[in-house]
Amino acid sequence: MLTLNHELEQSHHHHKHANTSHHVGGHHLMQVENLNISFTMYESDARSYFNAKQVQSNVIHDLCIGVHSGEIVAIVGASGSGKTLLADSLMGHFEPNATVTGSIWFDGDKMDAASLKKLRGHGISLVPQSVNFLDPLIKVGKQVQGFTKSNSIKKCADKVSPKNISNNASSISNSDDANNSDDVSNTGNTNKARRFFKEHRAQRAKLQAKLFERYNLNSNVASLYPFELSGGMARRVLLCCALMDNPKVIIADEPTPGLDLELAKVALADFRQFANDGGGVLLITHDIELALSVADRVAVFYDGTVVEETAVANFANPDLLSHPFSKALWHALPEHDFFAPTGGDALS
Amino acid sequence: MTLDTVAANVSDLETSRLKADLNADLKEAVLEARDLSFGYLNSKKIISDLNLIVRTNERVALLAPSGRGKSTLCKLLAGYLLPNKGSVLLDDKPLPQSGVCLVQMVWQHPEQALDPRMRMRQTLSESGVVSPELIESLGIRQKWLSRYPHELSGGELQRFCLARVLAASPRFIIADEISTMLDALTQAQIWQVLIRECEKRRIGMVFVSHSAMLTKRIATRTFKV
Repeated sequence: MLTLNHELEQSHHHHKHANTSHHVGGHHLMQVENLNISFTMYESDARSYFNAKQVQSNVIHDLCIGVHSGEIVAIVGASGSGKTLLADSLMGHFEPNATVTGSIWFDGDKMDAASLKKLRGHGISLVPQSVNFLDPLIKVGKQVQGFTKSNSIKKCADKVSPKNISNNASSISNSDDANNSDDVSNTGNTNKARRFFKEHRAQRAKLQAKLFERYNLNSNVASLYPFELSGGMARRVLLCCALMDNPKVIIADEPTPGLDLELAKVALADFRQFANDGGGVLLITHDIELALSVADRVAVFYDGTVVEETAVANFANPDLLSHPFSKALWHALPEHDFFAPTGGDALS
Repeated sequence: MTLDTVAANVSDLETSRLKADLNADLKEAVLEARDLSFGYLNSKKIISDLNLIVRTNERVALLAPSGRGKSTLCKLLAGYLLPNKGSVLLDDKPLPQSGVCLVQMVWQHPEQALDPRMRMRQTLSESGVVSPELIESLGIRQKWLSRYPHELSGGELQRFCLARVLAASPRFIIADEISTMLDALTQAQIWQVLIRECEKRRIGMVFVSHSAMLTKRIATRTFKV
């Protein structure tokens, strides 16, 4: 992998490129190789409850996908086929009964569970699908600034003095106002941490205001609660959350449910802008029409793996598609044959 | 696709053609919205003085930007809402207030349209006898029947919703964005079955879709709300 010159090879890592795909630094922004995810479960057809044996249920197998700088890659697949599971594993969220193998490179470095967790929000950000992902009881401005979790305050304290402060940090986070010193032990370090935290918070507030301005959100939106937002505003707030810590890759999980194609295109213009500025976007969707109109490359997800990773242009003609499922998808589109084989196991 | 299922599909098609011949003398029916007006509480009218006539040989697409009352009109036509003024008539008679309604609606979110505490088999049996051929052509698997709605995906649930609606032997089907959350293959499959059944049994259709391509493919006529 390291000896390959990405710029020169037209087709590598099992995929084809689009015009906007760039290899900054000679590698992919993100590359997933041979990802396997399986879950330890109990046999579902065991004769009795007590005799059920543990079995491995394989959900994702041999999955490869790459995200280049400057492009939107769409992963298209049926609902319930494990696309969200892929998003979760790229963010380093693993269920306790999951077994995950494979390799993930981020910006040239090989990742493991711990480093993926570190990148969460600081290199790879998730844009979830709906307003339901915001805390309904916290004003959106505060949520975007990210002071909803005690660990971000703890981090501030750690920066000042990694050893001494961390014990006190939890007590700081418990008090709503940093000036309230009732439950903060009165040491010099704590005061230092508090001051640092205050500055840090002011900085984050400024950044949040800047982002709101960039995405046409009024300054009074910051003091609204999530239920007061329209669908479009909520979408932009979620995007601002994702952009707070300068990510390089955004994973968008079904970001446009219920929007018609025109509105969805408007929604995705923000992602386009992010990609044009050198970022990479992984768009997870079931809507192939949408994927074909906004993405640069499309990865067809079927039966737990990516069966084909190709440029959008190749969807103009079914002969340019290599896998039978991609061809079937082409034929199923209303503008083409609108044909799907009937019966349950249509494509097996 | 295995050879067996191909054979099953072919024979299915043949029987459906036979049935279509038998049903050839089925009477035409007319669904009419007459001077329809509607507004939700404390807000201005969404629909005012709307007139629409749909026949059983038509598939009418409702067109309007979002928030202009397409779904509201669907609910009015299917009898889920009562108009403030005007009436919805099926063959010049108002829709029944109890019993099986001959105008049936399929909803956008199947997971919200099914009883979460009933197994799928029970849900299906509520709406009458569902022919095994229909279950087969909709791609419903036997093992899904013993599951609860939360154990199935949206596409799988929507198949049950269609089976349930068709089992009620309606004269009209109102379809409100029924394939928005489905992938292209499931969408094509579901519409294929629905259109075939509607033509076979002379069922008229009113539908809403945000996809222009899909509308072009399905509609025999469009109506601007």
